[in-house]
This record gives sequence, structure tokens and C-alpha cells, in this order.
Amino acid sequence: MSREAILSRIKTSLSGKATDKKRKDAVASRLAAHAKGVVPASQDNGAGVVDHFVRKAIESVASVEVVKRSMAGKAVTRFLRDHNLPQSIRCGEDARLKKIEWPKTGGPQVLSGPSDGSDLAGLSHALAGVSETGTLILTSGPDNPTTINFLPENHICIIEASDIEANYEAAFAKLRRKHRGGNIPRTVNMITGPSRSADIEQTLIYGAHGPVRLHIIVVKD
Amino acid sequence: MVEITSPAFKDNSTGALADVNLQKAMRHVRVNFIEKRAKAAAALPEFDDLRSSARAIKDHVLDHLDLYLEAYEAKVTERGGHVHWAANAIEARGIVLDICRKVNAKTATKGKSMITEEIGLNDFLEKNGVTPIETDLGEYIIQLRGEHPSHIIAPAVHLTMDQVREDFRKAHKHLPADRPLNEPQSLLLEARGILRDRFLKADVGITGANFLVAETGSSVIVTNEGNGDLTQILPKVHIVVASIEKIVPTLEDMSQIVRVLARSATGQEMSVYTTLSTGPRRKGDPDGPEQYHVILLDNGRSTMLGNEFRDMLRCIRCGACMNHCPVYQSVGGHAYGWVYPGPMGSVLTPALIGIEKSAHLPNASTLCGRCESVCPMQIPLPKLLRHWREREFEQHLTPASVRFGLGIWAYAAKRPALYQRMTGFTMGMLRFLSGGRGRFRWLPLAGGWTKHRDLSAPQGRTFMAQWKAKQARISK
Repeated sequence: MSREAILSRIKTSLSGKATDKKRKDAVASRLAAHAKGVVPASQDNGAGVVDHFVRKAIESVASVEVVKRSMAGKAVTRFLRDHNLPQSIRCGEDARLKKIEWPKTGGPQVLSGPSDGSDLAGLSHALAGVSETGTLILTSGPDNPTTINFLPENHICIIEASDIEANYEAAFAKLRRKHRGGNIPRTVNMITGPSRSADIEQTLIYGAHGPVRLHIIVVKD
Repeated sequence: MVEITSPAFKDNSTGALADVNLQKAMRHVRVNFIEKRAKAAAALPEFDDLRSSARAIKDHVLDHLDLYLEAYEAKVTERGGHVHWAANAIEARGIVLDICRKVNAKTATKGKSMITEEIGLNDFLEKNGVTPIETDLGEYIIQLRGEHPSHIIAPAVHLTMDQVREDFRKAHKHLPADRPLNEPQSLLLEARGILRDRFLKADVGITGANFLVAETGSSVIVTNEGNGDLTQILPKVHIVVASIEKIVPTLEDMSQIVRVLARSATGQEMSVYTTLSTGPRRKGDPDGPEQYHVILLDNGRSTMLGNEFRDMLRCIRCGACMNHCPVYQSVGGHAYGWVYPGPMGSVLTPALIGIEKSAHLPNASTLCGRCESVCPMQIPLPKLLRHWREREFEQHLTPASVRFGLGIWAYAAKRPALYQRMTGFTMGMLRFLSGGRGRFRWLPLAGGWTKHRDLSAPQGRTFMAQWKAKQARISK
């Protein structure tokens, strides 16, 4: 009822525009083309996307370390210890996280599945990073519960150095390659720093409803 | 429903200017927002090119809005979501309630959303047995106070920390009365603790949308606190309320606008969370909602598309226009008397509720043009305000005294010889009457001005007289 009424009012308001065929073609080609528009030039001064990503992520008040892949488990353990957190971490069944080599002794207890809000620390793996603003891109799926990215006070996120792209456009191209036909996962999170609010007298405070800390571990060979 | 007090803008403003707390709170707007935006814009060489690009995207969408809405609807449905169409606020509220009732919802958490303010959703749900819970810190504070947002992205910007502390002490009786709440940090922690439990127990989550992506069928919210995300992943039902002009074609188009949105709003390069939600949870997903509904609201926008206010449909609700508006900075958002304040509100409100209910708003501006100069979507706000002033005049909504004065002026202005004699005479008289002081403390019919400040007396000759003299010199 209202659907037809709204669409017909829109058509009336747009009368005098190009023919229907022309308009339909314009929309179809626009949706298929993924035209990029204005993409800001890299401001990395030749340092490369990874270095620039690290710099921008730190500016967004995330903490970042770059480690060898074999050292990721140690990095997580160290983060928990440095922040006086229990050695316990919540994470999904992601194969990339399953491969983490945990320290033989003193490593965290690894809890699987979504978070119910009682976990102090969560661990997830990013699909991509965006060097432009130090942004992480995470996707939901059977092995990647979104609750882990938001409920625990401490969010640790692992990202492959080779998955760091210069800009959003390149990251979205990666997303499309992985999920054909535009069938993207239920939730795609673009995360830039820990949660914050400036709602009281414009005073910026970190740790609003999402994580108080965001720790990014960039892994490479 | 927000009671409309826009016609009382003048009285509202007088009250606002005398409100000590409000004036103290508004100081932060005058400094923070403006400096941060300027810095963010300057740090990105392509900023102005991106504004033009963002504008072109929205113009293209508006030219093809019917087709994009159909394409978007098809994608949402393909992904297992439901699309509902609402012609007005009443229909939209009804659809939300219907969805809530079908799942026996008792509580609904809410992400920050201006559109649910526009449709008066909270009061309606409350009256019908569903408790709405605002979860954005600012929204939570004003819900406790029974107020409405005074700013589209900083809803509690009109309050001081002292006021918030008192509200929390009154509302959170179960906590020790002597707890120290001397820092914004401790207030935030308290709200976080209280709301966390409500997030986990809510039956329905309601969010707005910054964008609807036609390519993927996604709704997108851009936030900093993470409350919007908890709202859309924890409850078993996620309802999105969005107006029809929120469409963007592709993820790349969204990226163009995202790059100007946060910079214009808070001066951040990127807000903390930009989240795409597409349909309900997928097979095998361990979390996420089981139902996903999008309500597409028209509420007058399809008509705006065909008239002189169409440019307003490009608005992305960043708030830059109000942050930079000398009138908004002085009187705050509540004086505007309805949901949307500041320059964007003065243009949008008459289109949504009628100029007869919002007369005065188009006049709540000096037309200084700062709003247009910072608008990321290049909306010609002063021009649109002038269009409303014309309509106001055409519909005889302008006060009789103003119409009378304008009538005299129009009579003279259409008769150049008479006009020049009159202005020449008036200037001479005023110069004489000011007695060489160059200003007036008082002048008949100018009480509205001279009550608050002196009026400068004209010096020298009229423009026309000077022009004639200059032409005569040149031709010699």
C-alpha cells in the first residue's frame, strides 16, 4: 500500500527526468561498476602501508605491536599479564586463531564461542586493515562471533601484515572476493580505536559501551 | 511525540539566553567542534574534492531514488530481511510496535537515532507496553530527564556535568548515595554498568541508519560508543528505522561520504565503529539477531524531492551547520522547538511539519553563510531558508507589522527616484539626530535592536549618491 504510494510520489517528483530505460541502465551500471570516486593519496611518505597503519591505529588510541607469526600467542599472553588480567581469553573457532602457538606454560585458557558479557578479554582475527585511518575490518560468521568484538573490556585483534590495504576501497574489494555476489556476512565491523564518548561536556573518555582497550597484533612471516 | 514550540522561537531564545547552565554548557560547542573540524579538514588535501564527490553521489541517488529503493529492497529480502514502507510517522510507529508484539517484547534497546525522535517512537512504545531504553550516553541522560536531544549528534550538549551528576544520583537509587561522581569518567562507568545488563536482557534492538547500501542490502551505523552495535547484535530482533534518502549505491560510494562525515561532525578522521548489518544471523552464526527488519520512512521527503527543498535531502546529519551557527551557539537546540535544530532543522522542520507550525524558524538565522561553507554535502542552507521566508510571506504567516513595513519599502523600492530621495533624506535626518555621536541609544520603531545595543547612525552619503558622483568623475 504505502510502498506503491511512496514510489509513485517519488516518480511524480522526478517527472521530466530521463526515460525509464535510461534511468534503469544508469542504476544497473552504477551498482555493477563499484566506481571509486576520490581516493586520498597515501600519506605514508614512502614508509609503506603497514607502518602507516600502525601509526594511524596508535593515533586512534589503539595499542599496536608487530610480531612474527610464531610469537602471536606470546604477545596475547604478555598483553593479559601487563594489564593484570586473568590468563583467559574468549575467541571464535576461526582456523587462523586455532593455529596460534601458545606458550608451553603460563599461556591463557582459551574459551570458545560467543561472549555472554562475562569475559574480560576477547580475541578475534581481522579480515583486513586499512592503512588510511588505522581501521580494522572484521566479519561475522560461524567461527567469528561479533559479540567478542564488543562485550569484553579488552579486545585483542590479530591481523596479517599482508591483509593491510591502503584504503577502504581496496579492503572492500577483498571483502567482495571472499564473499561472491555481494553476499557479505551479517555483520561487517570497521573498527578504529577503542570505544569512547564525549557526551558529558565534550570531555573525551575512552571505554564507553564497547572495549576500553583495543590491542592490535600485526603478524608477519 | 515532541511537542512543537517552534512558533515560540523568540520566547524560547530569551529563556535560553538567560539560562546560566545552558550558557555554560554551550561554551564547549563554540570551541571544540569548530577547532576539531577545521583541523581534520585541513589534514586531508582531498577534503573539498570529497565533498563534491559526496554531493554528486547523493544527487545521482535522488535522481534515481525509486529505482535504488527497489534495488535495495530486493537485496535485503534476498538476505532474509524484511522491508516495510511507512508513508508517515503513524505508520512507522505502528510497524515497530507490531514487530515488538509478535515477539512479545517487553523492552527495546535503542541506538542513537534522530529518526525515531522524528516519529515520536519512545512515547508511543511506552504507552503500548514496550519500554524503550536509550543506550547512547547522551540519549540515556536526556531520557532520564524526560527531555529531547538538543543536538543531532551530541544530544546532551546543553547540560553541564553537575546537572548529569544530580540526575544520576536521583535515578540510580540502588547505588551508595555517597559515591563520588566528580569526573565524567565515573559518570560514564556508572551508565555503562547499568546499561550493560539491559543490553543483555532486551528483546528488540532499534537503530537508525547513516546509510542504506543498495548493492548489498546493508544498513550502516556510524558511532563511537559501541552501544549501537550492542543494540543490533544482542537482541533476537533488529529493527532499523531509516528515511528513504539514506540510500547510497555501493560500498565505494559509502566510503566517499564516510570520509567527510566524521571529519565534519566530531573532527575525527573516522568514527570508532562503522558497522554494516545485512539481514539476520546466517546459518551457523553463533550470535546476531534472528530477525532483521528495515522500515523505510517517507514522511514528506518524496514531496521535497520535487520542490525547491530537494537539496536538503543530501543531508547526512553531521551537525556541522549547527556547530558553526552563531544563533545555535547562543540559544542551543531546544529553542528551535522541534526535533531538528540549527540551520538544517530550520530548513527541514517546515518541510516535515508544515511552515504554519514552524514559522519563525526560517528567520532564526542571520544568513551569515557559515553553515553552507562547512556543509560536507554543499547544501545551500541560506538559500533554502530564504525559500521558506518567501513561502511564509506568500501564506501570510509573517506578522502584520513586518508585512506593513515591507509593503512601504516595496512601494518605494519600485520607484527609484522616490527611493533615492527618501533614503537621502532619511540618512541626513539620522545623521543630524544622532548629534554627531554616530550612534543611537534609542530610536522609535527600533526598540528590538536598541534595547540590547546601540544602532549606528549613517555616515556620509547614500550608495546611489556616491555612485553618481563617481560616474560623473569618470566621465569627465
